Amino acid sequence: MGADGSRPTDSRTEMREAGIGPIGSGAAGAADGREALAIGPIGSGVAGAADGREAPTIGVLALQGGFAAHARMLHRLGAGVVEVRVPADLQALDGLVIPGGESTTMTLGIEREGLAEPIRRLAQAGTPILGSCAGLIMLDREHLGAMDILAARNAFGRQLRSFEADIEVRGLDGPPLRGIFIRAPWIAEHGDTVEILAEVDGHPVAARQGDIIAVAFHSELSDDDRVHRLLLAAVDRRREHSRAAGAGAGG
Amino acid sequence: MRDEATFTVKSGLAEMLKGGVIMDVVTPAEAKIAEDAGAAAVMALERVPADIRRDGGVARMSDPEMIAAIQEAVSIPVMAKARIGHFVEAQVLEALEVDYIDESEVLTPADEVNHIDKWAFKVPFVCGATNLGEALRRIGEGAAMIRSKGEAGTGDIVEAVRHMRQIRGEIRALGALEEAELAAAAKRHQAPLDVVRKVAADGRLPVVLFCAGGIATPADAALMMALGAEGVFVGSGIFKSSDPPLRARAIVEATTHWQDPSRVAAASRGLGGAMESLESAKLTEAQLLAQRGW
Repeated sequence: MGADGSRPTDSRTEMREAGIGPIGSGAAGAADGREALAIGPIGSGVAGAADGREAPTIGVLALQGGFAAHARMLHRLGAGVVEVRVPADLQALDGLVIPGGESTTMTLGIEREGLAEPIRRLAQAGTPILGSCAGLIMLDREHLGAMDILAARNAFGRQLRSFEADIEVRGLDGPPLRGIFIRAPWIAEHGDTVEILAEVDGHPVAARQGDIIAVAFHSELSDDDRVHRLLLAAVDRRREHSRAAGAGAGG
Repeated sequence: MRDEATFTVKSGLAEMLKGGVIMDVVTPAEAKIAEDAGAAAVMALERVPADIRRDGGVARMSDPEMIAAIQEAVSIPVMAKARIGHFVEAQVLEALEVDYIDESEVLTPADEVNHIDKWAFKVPFVCGATNLGEALRRIGEGAAMIRSKGEAGTGDIVEAVRHMRQIRGEIRALGALEEAELAAAAKRHQAPLDVVRKVAADGRLPVVLFCAGGIATPADAALMMALGAEGVFVGSGIFKSSDPPLRARAIVEATTHWQDPSRVAAASRGLGGAMESLESAKLTEAQLLAQRGW
């Protein structure tokens, strides 16, 4: 690299500035050392707080990968979170996150647990879904087929080519988003109904088709929650819509 | 601005391995079996720890040709081991573009005083630890992932349990201290004060914590997850068992479903023989690999 403007960073300085490692990792938290993830509605954050409505419940696929960081971010935004490992965990979800991880491992896990069909049905029913990194791959034509995209796996290369960069994401207000790309894919092909939201080196790295959002990077590893707000906004719109429809039918 | 090899990028890969199983493999064929069974990554090495123990002699970094062949065979991350302090082996592994370097006590140490300066590398490192101080010293040297050491090549889980309980217990104890007491704690743990402060405030390591050394069954893997591991390394436990593909899948399943005993039970059925094991308590001082590194 280097020709494209990248540079190695002195991690020592960075770590000092960040007070060591900006990533919320580790198995800390409750009595058994883990965060209790299936907490119900929380009054703070953006989701459902303003008008006292119940907070949405978002499932996070937890077969393998970076699911805890997504759960933390959703919690912070006031959503209830359910870790999804078996089809029964998909009941009564307002939205779903498919996190990063190893796409091969996740594909095998989805197969083993019989999760493919129920997730496809969720997508077809219009449930908002966010896939990041391996999650983007899971959504593509060759995997769950929930989105009309074709992912190129590990497209940026091995770990040595992993990077972070400021990227402009269409539809997000404010400054550029710090995208963290770990052995990341990009979108090699997409259909006409897919809106490309961001590109790196001319390759699409974020896209949206209806209420299904796919990003090749990890904003859950940063403090920037705008991508998750995008998901929760879609969830809110959909809940508002079904409430209005319900009220219409009833009255 | 595009930045490579930041600490976020290095530790970020470990984040993506969480909840997964990293398997020792010695051939491309084994790597393929591991990938097909759902391994989150493979560790390419010349001999699994059980064979290193049996054969004796100096254990070194693997043949680059073998590592390259394994990289060709699979798309999941490929890790490889360098000897403690052998920074040139690490440079070679970086030149091969492995995804993670394990500065490992399983190989014969090359430096009895110094570990590798891991900040000098773009490839991230995972290091072993038996207690919190050791983990924090490795993080201070630039490690982006920690694994408890256990006792590799034995198939005996007792040392893995000891080390995980030690690390997690010491983290909890740090959390109970007042700010003014942290400097003395840092001295006691022989660890950098800024990292000690961070751990005390967060109640966890600033990097991902896996476990290694002695996992032979799905129940072993689930036990370590229940004790706070965020994922597991399995060395000899898979390819020294009687049915590696079946056992590999079972350990992956138990690692995902560690909270559900019925799933761990289902995964444990009919796996055939586990690896030939050694009782750690009967090993002599000189045979204990976990004592390498400091």
